[in-house]
Amino acid sequence: MRKVKYPAQFQYLDEIREFVAEVARKGGFGEKEIYSIQLAADEAASNIIEHAYAGVKNGSLEVSCGMQGDVITIILRDQGRPFNPNSVQPPNLKADLSDRQIGGLGIYLMRKLMDDVRYETSSRGNSLTLIKRRN
Amino acid sequence: MEISTKEFKHCDMLMLKGRIDSATAPQFSQALDAITESGRFKIVVDMSQLEYMSSAGFRALLATQRACKRYNRGEVVLASVPARIQEALELAGFTELFKTFDEPLAAVGNF
Repeated sequence: MRKVKYPAQFQYLDEIREFVAEVARKGGFGEKEIYSIQLAADEAASNIIEHAYAGVKNGSLEVSCGMQGDVITIILRDQGRPFNPNSVQPPNLKADLSDRQIGGLGIYLMRKLMDDVRYETSSRGNSLTLIKRRN
Repeated sequence: MEISTKEFKHCDMLMLKGRIDSATAPQFSQALDAITESGRFKIVVDMSQLEYMSSAGFRALLATQRACKRYNRGEVVLASVPARIQEALELAGFTELFKTFDEPLAAVGNF
């Protein structure tokens, strides 16, 4: 697994997407799946920056990414407030325009785009693991 | 990300270039707000040169669609949506909230 530490700021999302795309491309994923992996990693990282590090300026976000066989694993670690994306209710995608929830969409997309999403929190921090198998 | 705007007689067009994520979505929101704040509510979003859009961009679209459709004064329509972005919009259940056109000029002609 390769590991890179980023400042927990939205300006670094570009680099995070590039990092996971590079690993996925080398791992033999197709362009459509690479887009999905980038989007899922972006939504996961955005969520950590927005919620786990709400009001925190100098937080950091460590991203590990690697292939095992035909499976890509992305682990995002932070030292912010615990925020379990798996506890967020999925948005109602059938609701009318006026009733559409604005929140929760990124988490919903992340969960739909990946095969598995796991969240753990301990005294050492929070970790979010995203897993996707190559088609 | 680059945004350019073009004013037509019956609508405004926003041309997006590059990537919209949580870092650049505020810029996209501001461009949309500038149109609605000037009292214009018929908007074409040309995505032909857009490479990427996360849910941060979807939220900006949703907020503007609400503002535009209020009092039936207009709407936001999408044009030349790249396949990957279209797939994400479908996954988010957004395709039924926005008319989409293959060509920007067809979208302009809709108004």
